[in-house]
Amino acid sequence: MTVLAAHGIRKSYGGREVVAGIDLELTRGECYGLLGPNGAGKTTTLRMLLGLTDPDAGDIRLLGHPVPKAAREGRIRVGVVPQIDNLDPDFTVRENLLVYGRYFGLREAEMEERLPRLLEFAALEQRASSRIQELSGGMKRRLVLARALVNDPDLIFLDEPTTGLDPQARHQMWEKLRVLLRQGKTILLTTHFMDEAERLCDRLKIIDHGRTLAEGAPHALVAEHIEPEVVEVYGEGVEAWYRAEAQALSARAELHGETAFCYLREAAPAIENLRRFPHLRFLHRRANLEDLFLKLTGREIRDE
Amino acid sequence: MLAVSRSWLAVWRRNYLVWRKLAAESVLGNIVEPLFYLVGFGFGFGALIEEVEGVRYIAYLAGGTICYSTMMSASFEALYSGFARMHVQRTWEGILNAPVSLEDVVFAEWVWAASKSFLSGTAVLLVAIALGLAQSWTMVLTLPLAFLIGLTFAGMGLVMTAMAKSYDFFMYWFTLVLTPMMLLSGVFYPLANMPGWLQAIANALPLSHAVALGRPLLLGRWPEAPLLHVAVLAAYGIAGFLIALAMFRRRLMR
Repeated sequence: MTVLAAHGIRKSYGGREVVAGIDLELTRGECYGLLGPNGAGKTTTLRMLLGLTDPDAGDIRLLGHPVPKAAREGRIRVGVVPQIDNLDPDFTVRENLLVYGRYFGLREAEMEERLPRLLEFAALEQRASSRIQELSGGMKRRLVLARALVNDPDLIFLDEPTTGLDPQARHQMWEKLRVLLRQGKTILLTTHFMDEAERLCDRLKIIDHGRTLAEGAPHALVAEHIEPEVVEVYGEGVEAWYRAEAQALSARAELHGETAFCYLREAAPAIENLRRFPHLRFLHRRANLEDLFLKLTGREIRDE
Repeated sequence: MLAVSRSWLAVWRRNYLVWRKLAAESVLGNIVEPLFYLVGFGFGFGALIEEVEGVRYIAYLAGGTICYSTMMSASFEALYSGFARMHVQRTWEGILNAPVSLEDVVFAEWVWAASKSFLSGTAVLLVAIALGLAQSWTMVLTLPLAFLIGLTFAGMGLVMTAMAKSYDFFMYWFTLVLTPMMLLSGVFYPLANMPGWLQAIANALPLSHAVALGRPLLLGRWPEAPLLHVAVLAAYGIAGFLIALAMFRRRLMR
């Protein structure tokens, strides 16, 4: 069953097309990733899907409701975890949840009943009366997630949910999201972290300049676009080695700064070759989503 | 047509809950400031001036004070606190992700700022009663008037909030608009003594119309042409609200 569908959505600002025709379809229970460099159009796409920005063209259905026309009805069964925490600093943990529940028209009694479960889910039972300023970054993130669940949503939007968290907090967040997926919730996730997307997403879409570059299951996408093995070579003289040896050994090789990236179907010959150059260091690994992302979106920095 | 849903009430309640946490401080400020104004100016100038328009100066001043205090409290709420909620704390952003529209949020802010005026008007009225300056039943009508004045200046103030890049911008509104208005609207002295052209300007200012209602009501007289004054206040408030809403839409929903 389709939970969210968008077809041909477009948005321009001042003549610049930020979203240039994106299609999207989420099935119940899946985790779908929207990936792209800064300025690729991710946030604008999310805003249009939620009915917060009117698209210039295209159709959107959010849980069956046409957006933006009936966006309010659609959002009744949606939870949103924003990129930047916007918890209410004047309220305690508990009050943040209670007040947010009112925006969904939930009755006091209903909220009181849901509150213990939400606090437990966020592992904040001991912190119910704490002020927001007293919480760590990970706790705030968990509270934002719990707040997005006050209305028991069918679909959850997560905009870079683990940016700025330490590894412990990230892993904990992923665990929470897996629990939600097991409960049958649908998740739409944007992220900069390829390992996060690889771990969580059933399917993902890579976009840039407002257009779709690739869509599919993470491993299938990597297999389709990238050779299975990667050898990264660094050290004094890597440039000379790259010019003399890399191309012949690799299916595809690139030199970026002080590192040679060799994409290979079979890594053994390259590793054998590198033994003759003891001053070079190398890392042999399997191709991953990051390789695919960089191949599709390029390596130049996006300062936007 | 303006599509404000019942959700606005949840947003109003959110602001009310925050206020309640700091209510003691807030109410104290609402009472102490007008008290000192009335006692200081009232007795200070009152010693120099026998009567103004047939009443003691301090009683004359009380009617002006209730109007400008309510103007100020709505303005502070709509500008500084409103900007904090919209921009600094991103409170609106969180609310808009729920099934609440921008119309609901801005409407709630408008009514909330007017509610703050109501609270501050109540405080001034209590001070006036304690000082024996308000004795007729008509003084009760200054409370709905305080709410209306709140809507007037909150509506206009929200336009500033919708334009602001930072808090600094609000200095212009306070120093170039509200302070001159306070001095030109008959809060402290009768307009009749001013040159004609100044009176003409004063007549266009919403605060003059507020004072034309508030002072007689506090003194137990019936205002002249009350409907006209109410209409002017409402017009400023509604126009401000609608312009602000359109500007917020362009700023936040683009």
